[in-house]
Amino acid sequence: MSNTLNVNDHLYEFHSPAGTTLAETLRDELALTGTKVACAEGHCGACTVLVDGSPTLACITLAHSVGDAKVTTIEGLREHPMVESFVRSDALQCGFCTPGQIVSAVALVEAKAVPTRDEIRHAMAGNLCRCGAYPKIEEAIRTWQD
Amino acid sequence: MARLIRTEKEVEGRYEEVWLVVEEDALQQWPAGARSIVGQPAVRVDGLERARGEAIFTADLRLNGMLHTAVLRSPHAAATVGRIDLTPALALPGVHVALGPGDIPQLEDDCNYEGVAVAAVCADTLAQARAALAAVEIEWTVREPLLDADEAVRRGQYVNDGPRVRERGDFERGLAEADVVVTGEFTTAVVLHNSMETHQAVVQWVGDAVEVHISTQYIWGVRDTVASGLGLPPDKVRVICHYMGGGFGSKNEPDDYTFIAAELAKRTGRPVKCALTRREENVNSGNRNATIQRLTIGAKSDGTLTALGGDFLNAVGWSGWSSSTEGPMQMLYACANVKTTTYGAKINQPPMKAFRAPGFVEGTFGLESLLDELASKLDLDPMELRRRNYADHDAADARPFSSKRLMECYRRAEPHWERRHEVRARSTDTVKRGVGMASQIWYGGGGPPSYAWIRVGSDGRVTVVTAMQDIGTGTKTAMAQIAAEELGIPFEHVTVSIGDSARGPYAAISAGSSTTPSMGPAVRAAAADAKRQILEIAAQRHHLEERVLDLKDGNVVSADGNLSSPLSEVVGLLEDAQILGKGARGPNPTGMQVLTFGVQVAEVAVDVETGEVWVDRIAAVHDVGRVINPLGASSQIEGGIIQGVGHTLSEERLHDPKTGRILTSGLDAYRLPTIADVPEIISELVDEPDEHLTNLGSKGLGEPPIIPTAAAIANAIRDATGADVRSLPISRAEMLRALREAELRAKEREKVGAPAGV
Repeated sequence: MSNTLNVNDHLYEFHSPAGTTLAETLRDELALTGTKVACAEGHCGACTVLVDGSPTLACITLAHSVGDAKVTTIEGLREHPMVESFVRSDALQCGFCTPGQIVSAVALVEAKAVPTRDEIRHAMAGNLCRCGAYPKIEEAIRTWQD
Repeated sequence: MARLIRTEKEVEGRYEEVWLVVEEDALQQWPAGARSIVGQPAVRVDGLERARGEAIFTADLRLNGMLHTAVLRSPHAAATVGRIDLTPALALPGVHVALGPGDIPQLEDDCNYEGVAVAAVCADTLAQARAALAAVEIEWTVREPLLDADEAVRRGQYVNDGPRVRERGDFERGLAEADVVVTGEFTTAVVLHNSMETHQAVVQWVGDAVEVHISTQYIWGVRDTVASGLGLPPDKVRVICHYMGGGFGSKNEPDDYTFIAAELAKRTGRPVKCALTRREENVNSGNRNATIQRLTIGAKSDGTLTALGGDFLNAVGWSGWSSSTEGPMQMLYACANVKTTTYGAKINQPPMKAFRAPGFVEGTFGLESLLDELASKLDLDPMELRRRNYADHDAADARPFSSKRLMECYRRAEPHWERRHEVRARSTDTVKRGVGMASQIWYGGGGPPSYAWIRVGSDGRVTVVTAMQDIGTGTKTAMAQIAAEELGIPFEHVTVSIGDSARGPYAAISAGSSTTPSMGPAVRAAAADAKRQILEIAAQRHHLEERVLDLKDGNVVSADGNLSSPLSEVVGLLEDAQILGKGARGPNPTGMQVLTFGVQVAEVAVDVETGEVWVDRIAAVHDVGRVINPLGASSQIEGGIIQGVGHTLSEERLHDPKTGRILTSGLDAYRLPTIADVPEIISELVDEPDEHLTNLGSKGLGEPPIIPTAAAIANAIRDATGADVRSLPISRAEMLRALREAELRAKEREKVGAPAGV
């Protein structure tokens, strides 16, 4: 069991007890509060981070299980053009789910730079947005390279 | 000059008579049409910090020494605490304080709905607090809950004084005069707000004052309620909310968690956080209550409405208020004879709270669905039926509207409505397609009091200061646009400082579609005050008369064009001094009804074998006066419609019919719409200022878009299949029931030998 986490290419030591989730460690111990927790049960996607590039629900991932894998949070994606695209497209209202949306969107376009509408809807269906910014989220992902 | 008036104040469709000090609104409205900044699309001023995860929500606060709280809530719908022992909890590691029933009024031992707060523990970590809570020993005496709203009415068990009867004309006579009468019983389910950030507060005491960080829609309301609850002068309560993760009507008050945190903070001398879990959120933070609506419409054969009547039953919960579910029936159409009776049933279920146009969403579903059944009986075009009964003044109290452009909404909706022939033609044997429409009426005029300050620095940049909150509607951005427009400076030169009762004047609640129409005029007035002072100084600097000077694109300009000097050059003279402008929201127009209007046209596909319903497209045309930010406005319309689609097709809070316990507190069981459920949405705003309303002519848009969605979908289903759906959500079971009923009706007609094709 490793007590280090590689987050956004920075090696952190952490001391959370076994059983602590990755989301709790990121937020409470490493003060990386860009990752949000909205349901804490893996149903809403607000806590999405990348683990070795794959979208992962940090609220149901144990911190000690991550090992050497590279974790990327919204803090590591702040300069990604997807962020600017979300703002330009008005793809957020309250903004609480937005970091998780952006992390999922980045994973999608890393796999396929110009996804179809159906691919966007499939890949993003696990990220809930109660304000209903969905049409603009779709637009932001379609136009992120503009 | 300040003026004392006695006026009606409306929030979420509820009126109260209040004394108000208002300041005159001396500014003329801008001419109709988009201006250089107001009326142009603007990206959110706080979009980047939210998108980058830099915005610190209440959920993200990490104050030094902050303790965490877990709350023991009643698992029973009706029960009394027999014995409770907190000592095992206190013995566990990390635990600081435990509170039990009676320690504060918000902790109770007599529980009349699931989720009543009974005890609370605070500890160094949330995990420790939860472990300690599990160690609390508690014994319950469980009672039989009353869950049936009809039974509550039979017993006369109401949340308020009793049924609310509203009548004009003579309903019975109107019914006798009708050529056609249609009746129907409609039901709507309990739906949950599910703000992504749960209800929560972080409270700390500083000397004899208390600081409350809270995810709220109403900074000043929280301040007053906390002050009275704790017995403090309001100025000893500071309320802070810079960002909040959704509310939709559920975050207007501080609630139990704030008072629990305040008491624990007092006892420990530490900052204390109390945050609801998602499951607590979905039991205990409010809901849109279920309704039963028994409706009757009578009409002449030409469609003229002669009688509207309804019994509206709000299954309110143990407390709360009985929403204006009858509102649309009372207000939407010209009809001389209307009688409604509204019951607020008190049952052993968690209290309702305002949820985006409370009452009107539900009431519009019933009324507008039944109106289409009438249109079908009369063989009248549903749009034409609505035009024939157009109200040109407030039908309920005879007041003129300050403005109403619903007819223009209908006109602009026509191209969408015309698509129905082509849409129907795409039906197959098993998938039927159709188009339906529904109208919208609601409040949204806002009102005084609301205040704003403007600070102009010597670099010519401007800060708008007001202690309001932006719940995600984009109000902060709209205020920057209004200030920049009035001051004639670039949008980028305006900063808006909000979110702290200690750092700005009183600002309105973000509810009832009232923030922009309440705050906008105050911001414009403050900007005008600052502008007047700038021009006074510029006149002296350039030896010109004030009346020939103006501000444009960040320059002081003269009418003859000889002077164009950067604003920073004039105000730069001030060095560290500042120009301070202040503004107040003026009164609403006397003797007028200020309302919002709109229409939506939905296109659906129904699989008649499985009962599955898809919404393919919704076109929305709304009239909310002048539009400040068309980009943010389109987002609000989309968001309202998507919530409406959720309410219509998938969302339903279920409870165990025997125990009353909530079965859908998790997001696995409570089905929110996802991006894959979203129809094509086309939105349009009439965008003509309400000439009687304030210096802006703007109304609110938060609630209108959710109101007609369910009825438009239900009417599209009728158009596609001939089936009358009567309950929300329209589950497959409900859809199949309605299809069977329609089939039986058709067979009956065949039996009695009606001519083919009828």
